[in-house]
Amino acid sequence: MNELTADVLVAGGGPAGAWAAVKAAEAGASVVLADKGYLGTSGATASAGTGVWYVEPEPAARETAMASREGLGGHLADREWMARVLDQTYANMNELAEVSKYPFPVDGDGRQIRRGLQGPEYMRRMRVRVRRAGVRVLDHSPVTELLADGSGAVAGAAGYHVREDRPFSVRAGAVVLATGGCAFLSKALGCDVNTGDGALFAAEAGAELSGMEFSNAYAIAPAFTSVTKTAFYSFATFYRSDGSVLEGAGSRRGRSVIARTLLSEPVLCRIDRATPEEQRAMRLAQANFFLPFDRQGIDPFTDLFPVTLLAEGTVRGTGGIRIAGADCSTTVPGLFAAGDAATRELICGGFTGGGSHNAAWAMSSGTWAGRGAARYAAGLGGRAAARPVRALGEAGVRPSGPAAGGHAEHVAAVQAEVLPYDKNLLRTGDRLAAALASLDGTWRELRGTLREDGAGVVRARSAAAMAAHARWMYNAALARTETRGMHKRLDLPEQDPAQRRRLVTGGLDEVWTRPEAGALAVAS
Amino acid sequence: MIEVVSADRCVQCDVCIKVCPTDVFDRGPDGLPAIARQGDCQTCFMCEAHCPTDALYVAPFSGPAPAGSPHTDEAALAGAFGEYRRIVGWGRGRTPGSRADRNHIFTERLRTAPRNP
Repeated sequence: MNELTADVLVAGGGPAGAWAAVKAAEAGASVVLADKGYLGTSGATASAGTGVWYVEPEPAARETAMASREGLGGHLADREWMARVLDQTYANMNELAEVSKYPFPVDGDGRQIRRGLQGPEYMRRMRVRVRRAGVRVLDHSPVTELLADGSGAVAGAAGYHVREDRPFSVRAGAVVLATGGCAFLSKALGCDVNTGDGALFAAEAGAELSGMEFSNAYAIAPAFTSVTKTAFYSFATFYRSDGSVLEGAGSRRGRSVIARTLLSEPVLCRIDRATPEEQRAMRLAQANFFLPFDRQGIDPFTDLFPVTLLAEGTVRGTGGIRIAGADCSTTVPGLFAAGDAATRELICGGFTGGGSHNAAWAMSSGTWAGRGAARYAAGLGGRAAARPVRALGEAGVRPSGPAAGGHAEHVAAVQAEVLPYDKNLLRTGDRLAAALASLDGTWRELRGTLREDGAGVVRARSAAAMAAHARWMYNAALARTETRGMHKRLDLPEQDPAQRRRLVTGGLDEVWTRPEAGALAVAS
Repeated sequence: MIEVVSADRCVQCDVCIKVCPTDVFDRGPDGLPAIARQGDCQTCFMCEAHCPTDALYVAPFSGPAPAGSPHTDEAALAGAFGEYRRIVGWGRGRTPGSRADRNHIFTERLRTAPRNP
């Protein structure tokens, strides 16, 4: 066992975790960052290109930016949080230019255009910055459970060094969960490290989740490939295999038409509405978008190709760990959440499109969570490492009965309920209830038996996390008896003004959902 | 999925073993990176971007390429090695691809474009 201590432990090495680590270190904390994969390549951002919600600090522009998405999100976002994310994102993007020398493109007047980021370049530079800040980085070292002191405050975490094949623990004053959302191993670009682990850890510590009904994001990709870049499909036309146009299909509101058609027949696509200039711009915006086409000899602007929809769950859905304070604290002392692991309802409500808001939220919430965790740890006054602790992990690590393996079967059982379009995307009360009953059965079984030795603990815990995530999703989806944001109920297609409030979900063996107390929460 | 590690190009620097976010590679007995857990490959192309000697080829499929596929044949793929790293703009004497980024065009278009019903 490798035993470490730190003021702040950051779990997760995507953008939110990287910013949290930098800002905690700059606040004077000693910091350990543990990532399931590799800080610099892990997660949904590193392999993609993304716009960023970067808006000049001009009142009219900011007002337009905030107003533009409120309706799409079902009016569940919060103006105070949007304003502070716009402020923080503006500051962080300028830091990327000035501190990390990120090579932004320039306009005709030589001014940098700071409204987008390319994942490989961004995250490579964030790794450099994290290390220069003195953070100890543990790659290939997933956290597997939290540690708590006698009062229930989070006091560190345990994990596993996969490449060294040995466990580790970090005693810490505070923990930031920046483990990403949950895409259920759908092989959507960069998302297979995102199995919702942080939400499971948080729930075991007693934290709450919010917005879990907003968890049915699906991205368009060429069939049999991983590369999702839904924005480019706004230039596409969709066809049936007989060559007729699939009416109503589109990359935005028309995605359910694609899903419904895919249930019974292939859907073909051609990106035939982009001008030559736009075609060139696409190649420059996300280089790997074209790799699957170029390597298969397909010209996506002139050839028809089959498409699929890949589940992005809460990676692009907005549900996640509920935020209780302006410093991205949760309801559990010592526990902070950032990025996709946290709910993004505060700035997006029940819908996000591409990366823009998500990228802004990751860097902003990471900044606040890092600083908040450093402040909390400092407040413990050096007592942090002396606290007696207990490990909080249950499902997948401490089964209630005789242990057995079998994580792969449990994963397959969960995927069978959350990946199909006719269960998760095209929702009805009956189908949700049946799927939830099946998921409850999977949970009972794995809760009773699942444990795997050595590095197997990582897969077992990921399986448990996905099962928990799916149950929270469908419990919340059944509780929201209307259509709002991305949560579309075919049996309840209207928005119900009485349900304009967020839903809080929690629990492990018994899952519950209730409306958030009071009106829309404010920032502080 | 990752299909080819070129023994001719590889300098056994272990970078791919280190950077793979889903831990697909092990160091083989001959010192070359071995594709030990192909099923965990998420086809993110990050290993290709980071490989300093253009020794890796990720086939454009989320599953394994069928036996005999040209995507497993190093000789047939010569032109594809290093393609992604070149576009990302990494390696001596290259300009970062981010300098030519046009993502903001699409962000703007998505913000203003009419929606499908």
